[in-house]
Amino acid sequence: MTVLTLQVDGRDVAVPQGATILQAVRAAGASVPLLCHLDGLTPVGACRLCLVEIGGSSKLQPACTTPAAEGLEVTTASERLQQFRRMTVELFFAEGNHVCAFCVANGHCQLQDVAVDVGMDHSRFPYQYPQRRVDASHSQFAIDHNRCILCTRCVRVCDEIEAAHVWDVANRGAECRIVAGLDQPWGEVEACTSCGKCVDVCPTGALFARDDTTAEKQPHRERAQLLRTAREQHHWLNQGEGPR
Amino acid sequence: MVTPPPATIRCCAASGCRSAGSRALHEALEQAASCGNADARPRIKAVGCLKLCGRAPLVAQDLPDGSSRLYGGVGAEQAQALVGPLIGPNQASLAPYAMDQAHPFFALQQPKVLENCGLIDPESIDDALAHGSYTQLRRVLEGFTPEQVREQVKRSGLRGRGGAGYPTGLKWDTVALQPPGPRHVVCNADEGDPGAFMDRSVLEGDPHRLIEGLAIAAYAVGAQQGFVYVRAEYPLAIERLRLALQQARAKGLLGPRLVGSNFQLRLDVRVGAGAYVCGEETALLASIQGQRGTPRPRPPFPAQSGLWQEPTLINNVETLSAIPGILREGGDGYAALGTPTSKGTKVFALSGAVRHTGLVEVPMGTSLRTVVELMGGGTPDGTPVKAVQTGGPSGGCIPESLLDTPVDYESLRELGSMMGSGGMVVMGETTSMPEVARHFIHFSRQESCGKCIPCRAGTVQLEQLLDRFVERRAVPEDLARLEELCTMVSCTSLCGLGQAAPNPVLSTLRHFRAEYEAACREPRSCEPRTACRIPRVAASGALS
Repeated sequence: MTVLTLQVDGRDVAVPQGATILQAVRAAGASVPLLCHLDGLTPVGACRLCLVEIGGSSKLQPACTTPAAEGLEVTTASERLQQFRRMTVELFFAEGNHVCAFCVANGHCQLQDVAVDVGMDHSRFPYQYPQRRVDASHSQFAIDHNRCILCTRCVRVCDEIEAAHVWDVANRGAECRIVAGLDQPWGEVEACTSCGKCVDVCPTGALFARDDTTAEKQPHRERAQLLRTAREQHHWLNQGEGPR
Repeated sequence: MVTPPPATIRCCAASGCRSAGSRALHEALEQAASCGNADARPRIKAVGCLKLCGRAPLVAQDLPDGSSRLYGGVGAEQAQALVGPLIGPNQASLAPYAMDQAHPFFALQQPKVLENCGLIDPESIDDALAHGSYTQLRRVLEGFTPEQVREQVKRSGLRGRGGAGYPTGLKWDTVALQPPGPRHVVCNADEGDPGAFMDRSVLEGDPHRLIEGLAIAAYAVGAQQGFVYVRAEYPLAIERLRLALQQARAKGLLGPRLVGSNFQLRLDVRVGAGAYVCGEETALLASIQGQRGTPRPRPPFPAQSGLWQEPTLINNVETLSAIPGILREGGDGYAALGTPTSKGTKVFALSGAVRHTGLVEVPMGTSLRTVVELMGGGTPDGTPVKAVQTGGPSGGCIPESLLDTPVDYESLRELGSMMGSGGMVVMGETTSMPEVARHFIHFSRQESCGKCIPCRAGTVQLEQLLDRFVERRAVPEDLARLEELCTMVSCTSLCGLGQAAPNPVLSTLRHFRAEYEAACREPRSCEPRTACRIPRVAASGALS
């Protein structure tokens, strides 16, 4: 195995060939905020929170999608990056309708966590208060588009792990929204297996179990990675059981 | 003896002239010609763009002595005079429509990419062949190795004409030198910048040149499959390109065993669905594959992993159309034109507050003043030009005081604008710069794909901020907010669309800051102009 050595915030790290900068950042004991990225899903580099500086280049690169390379000098938290991250989180809050006080994910929300991390307590940008809908047509789950940040984790987990591809993105720009099936009520989409993986990976309270009320969502966001690892390493064989 | 009628009448059949009624004119010319003496009948030919689009419909007469005359704004009523003998009353009645071909608009042009545009019938491959189309493809297939072709392209110094200016030869090498396996070539004809119509004119006027360039590119990088991705808003271009492909296949210039060689190439047209962002290469590739047209982070670049994860060469229409000329003249011959860093010629679409609207092809390094004031003739009412916008929604506004800047990739970038695809919009004195900035941000907001947050939500906030300036209800803090957000959006967006979206704001802030300050509620409380962070150019074009 070829090993790459690079520096993250001045610290030398070694990662295997093919690793991303994010893996190098973690190997160095550092961290970057993440919203669209989730271990176990294909990275898309959309939330722009994990952008890092790379020595010798003026261009910021997302840690989650950029391959690590020999000799890179990565900076994870310059003043400029911190400013941009705060503004990014402000844009997220201003774009949707996020009211933590009565959100199902309050206390378990990654958008909330990131806001705390970057020190964002209010948005300097005017809140847009968009008119968005709630789809509670599914028997077990619901989607509240007011809380959706378009990270597309649900789209990817349903496509890549559950292989049902119930979710996708419709429209463009600020009009973008997640749609079920062919833009149908979720409950009418026959492809949905009601597995609940989308609810587990959702970083906010946009996707939730209908039984849950304020601050009751307890998602298992590690589920995507667990399933992927189990599948890739054939965990079920070691336990003497066939795949379920 | 009576001067005989012209030998050929060329009637422009490109979109611009069509919309001004050139189809009816063409029919009238045919009818008028059929009345005359069978021996002396001029040939009526539909051709591509005759360049001075502002005077459409345009008609050129090719006289028996080899000279030609150009008429603009003619209607069906003039058809009889145009096809008749060229003296006496005919000449007098056509005088008001005659165009001066010695005018700098025509005289300073150096057509390379457009050399056959306006001369050949774009719907006839025989006419194209008679004018030398596919000669270079044949020559390449018969006697050049792919390396030799790439060497010529490298020597030519050609850089991508889509806007970014990446060296074409280097891109070809990158694709060619990937590990063995299938490769693809793609022509980006998703020309979406407002005020840009260069690529459309090539597609409508000389589609065979593009096909030839694309086939040579495919040979040079070892691709056997290619696509031309054309925006759906160009129906005539799509129609003519499809016809040209059909004709080329029928002549054995495409398909298996090209021109008798071992090389094979399949070319297909893919039509866009109205998304500007599909001009961004990774979004374009996703769209060709039938997926949602959204960009993805690079690396990997399409040259390494493009269509179906295979190495893919993407070039713009104008870039590929320059290739046959480069091979004919040799790379060094092409490189003799232009500036040290930007070689060859560039086609610009000149529009806006300018007397002569249309297409100009000039050597790189020609000054903006030459293009706008000498060739374009300045503003229609003779008032001074205020600024020139280049590069569309990704570019910026260059003030009148800097019009002596030579047009090349580096100079325009230094001024906070960019070459872009070649749209050049001239603005008169009454243009409000915050309004111009808002116009382009509005465009970028509408065309954002919504994948990344800075572009999706940042352009919404930018437009609202600019509303405050346009409606003169901004406060001094808004100016700082505007600059801060512009920087953030351009540094953090995923693709070129978002990264370049703030350019129209930043460049107008740089050159016309006083207009923004004047739009604040209390101009006196704005920070002093010298204190701003963006470096100011000494001779500013600001209103004072």
